[in-house]
Amino acid sequence: MADRPQGHNKPKLSLHVPEPKFRPGDTVDFSDIGVTEPGEQPRPDEACAAQDTAPLCHDLIRVLGDDDEAHGPWDPKLDPETLRTMLGHFALTRAFDERMFRGQRQGKTSFYMKCTGEEATSVAAAMALASDDMVFPSYRQQGVLIARGYPIIEMINQIYSNKADKLKGRQLPIMYSSREKSFFSISGNLATQTPQAVGWAMASAIKGDSRIAATWVGEGSTAEGDFHSACTFATVYNAPVILNVINNQWAISSFSGFAGAERTTFAARALGYGLAGLRVDGNDPLAVFAAERWAANRARSNAGPTLIEHFTYRAEGHSTSDDPSGYRSAQEREEWPLGDPIMRLKKHLIALGEWDEERQEALDADCMDRVKKATKEAEKNGILGHGLHHPFRTMFEDVYEDLPWHLKEQAEQAIHERKTKFPEGLPEA
Amino acid sequence: MSESIEKTQASAPGEGETERRLNMIEAINDALSIMLDRDPDVIVMGEDVGYFGGVFRCTAGLQEKFGKTRVFDTPISECGIIGVAVGMGAYGLRPVPEIQFADYIYPGLDQLISEAARLRYRSAAEFIAPMTVRSPFGGGIFGGQTHSQSPESLFTHVSGLKTVIPSTPYDAKGLLIAAIEDNDPVIFFEPKRIYNGPFDGFYDRPVQPWKKHPQSLVPEGYYRIPLGQARIVREGEAMTVLSYGTMCHVAEGVCREKGVDAEIIDLRTLVPLDIETIEASVKKTGRCMIVHEATRTSGFGAELSALVQERCFYHLEAPIERVTGFDTPYPHSLEWAYFPGPIRIGEAIDKLLQD
Ligand SMILES: Cc1ncc(C[n+]2csc(CCOP(=O)(O)OP(=O)(O)O)c2C)c(N)n1
Repeated sequence: MADRPQGHNKPKLSLHVPEPKFRPGDTVDFSDIGVTEPGEQPRPDEACAAQDTAPLCHDLIRVLGDDDEAHGPWDPKLDPETLRTMLGHFALTRAFDERMFRGQRQGKTSFYMKCTGEEATSVAAAMALASDDMVFPSYRQQGVLIARGYPIIEMINQIYSNKADKLKGRQLPIMYSSREKSFFSISGNLATQTPQAVGWAMASAIKGDSRIAATWVGEGSTAEGDFHSACTFATVYNAPVILNVINNQWAISSFSGFAGAERTTFAARALGYGLAGLRVDGNDPLAVFAAERWAANRARSNAGPTLIEHFTYRAEGHSTSDDPSGYRSAQEREEWPLGDPIMRLKKHLIALGEWDEERQEALDADCMDRVKKATKEAEKNGILGHGLHHPFRTMFEDVYEDLPWHLKEQAEQAIHERKTKFPEGLPEA
Repeated sequence: MSESIEKTQASAPGEGETERRLNMIEAINDALSIMLDRDPDVIVMGEDVGYFGGVFRCTAGLQEKFGKTRVFDTPISECGIIGVAVGMGAYGLRPVPEIQFADYIYPGLDQLISEAARLRYRSAAEFIAPMTVRSPFGGGIFGGQTHSQSPESLFTHVSGLKTVIPSTPYDAKGLLIAAIEDNDPVIFFEPKRIYNGPFDGFYDRPVQPWKKHPQSLVPEGYYRIPLGQARIVREGEAMTVLSYGTMCHVAEGVCREKGVDAEIIDLRTLVPLDIETIEASVKKTGRCMIVHEATRTSGFGAELSALVQERCFYHLEAPIERVTGFDTPYPHSLEWAYFPGPIRIGEAIDKLLQD
């Protein structure tokens, strides 16, 4: 390294490397998080100019108060039946996560990812969309499939990569795809789904369709170039799309500061592009629903795309391969000032006189039972590594529409190797 | 103008069909126009392709004819262009994105390699990305190292992509139509050295002569050349020349000058590859020369060489010869020294024909 020239008297520069406020063992104090009063945020017209959302890009849209009541202009005024349905999706998602996480620990699959604490950002958001709006999820939106009524046994088949897996055992567990449910195939490459959602939305607009697109991306992943391309294309073509940024504070072990959160909010990114931006309490199911519906109405009426930052917290580890106690304070989860979305909705329904603890217990028990039954059913189709997988030749299918000669040859080679290995006959068809 | 071009058409136009003298740019424009007209799901997009009609004019007039929602300009964002094309393909459209120069495809690589190429596979065919990424590639126009690269082997190495490279206006039109109709993502590399007309095979001339925009005969209307079928440019007995794009013409010119009775094969598509034609020819001639402009190491020639060796070893009478660009970035002022020309090709021919 070159020395500074003699007589040099300019100030010495220093590099800033972000550091989270709390590390393991630290006492957590979240009092600096600007938790707003529910109901105080204005609700601009859905067709407003993008810049009219500027105040909402730094604020936090909230509906449910500490009194468990809904407040203010963002209250979506959902009827109790819808609220109970939402609570049902929540309970099922959480029960599913619990069981699958355990399944991974028991060696039934290689990998799992929970969405604990973030259920509202997928379930409530999905409920605010039309069922045939196309979603381009990331890997923590299992709640969308559940809200859309996708059979959980199919999800488990996928997680086990067994012979009933609709994706033929090719994808990492949880990287679902369901054309029928307008749920796009999940990629492990972060943020790639964002321009794809914009492209789908552009196509829908080109064809004069009425369906819109929505995509979900983690706050860490917003640093990928794809996300910025997506924002540019979305604004340039006024694409009927919703860009959901799930700010759950952590990208594996890197806190949100490494995606730029120390300087501004993720919602505020919208303004530079000319997108509408909303910053929402992601643990407030009513606020999430209302914001998503606002953005959906806006997109559907050709008024433009919206970027929504869902301010939430990843209560569990990043995945089954992660141990968060190595990088963050265990207290964070307890101290998170915005609570748990399921608890908040439950308490709201109880406050409305539309729910009680007994029914909640029955619901939880029923969900656990459903997941257990589905797990048992799925296990009949096999678990990972136990031989009940798709036939060997399927490995060569779907690379192209038709099987080219070189893949035919390679498929024959693979089958030949199989026969050599199992001369007494193949363990599966 | 090369007479070989005139003869290279896979089939003569049918009855009632007329032919026009077109250069490759016009042929590509014609193909795009026909497909935009036939299929309302075809979308043409890319930097400058709309109002202006593309920096090489390949899309000239298309926006006027088909409107702004079918043919439009995009932001300068290759990742965005290919990423939105994946989404459009998933919707059911057939986007034909243009990457202005193949040298600029890299920001979009992840979307091509990890997304477009694998979408069918990873979704078990629930979603597909039927797109044709057009891009001018190769050198010979003094484009320097950022307007001259031949990155085809990056794509042939990716399962799920198809790679097409025409060498004549006739082929460009028929292959582009087939590529657009194909349900898999296709990389369509257009050899810009021969954009403005068939290159006459005189490799070491300055830029001027080919700027005369010579043309060749292209039938009017719709026709397609199936992907995966090579074209025998010229039959011969002495040796087989495997090549594609501009290099077909260069190799042909050298063989003509040297009076070598070579069988020259224009591969047309690298993936899928017409192995039958290659195998039959090498078994007949017993000698094989591979000519491409891309850098040598891990270039597509290595793949061809391995294939020929595997399949025709006992018919070979001499080691396979590979003639390629050098393993350097593309030089500007020295491009004629870089480009595989008469000396490199001539010496390879001599070596192949020794005893
Ligand atoms: C292109 C790419 N780079 C890196 C990774 C590895 N990776 C997987 S998840 C992850 C963190 C993502 O964090 P965030 O976007 O905040 O989403 P979250 O997991 O918090 O939901 C990383 C770095 C990847 N999958 N893809």
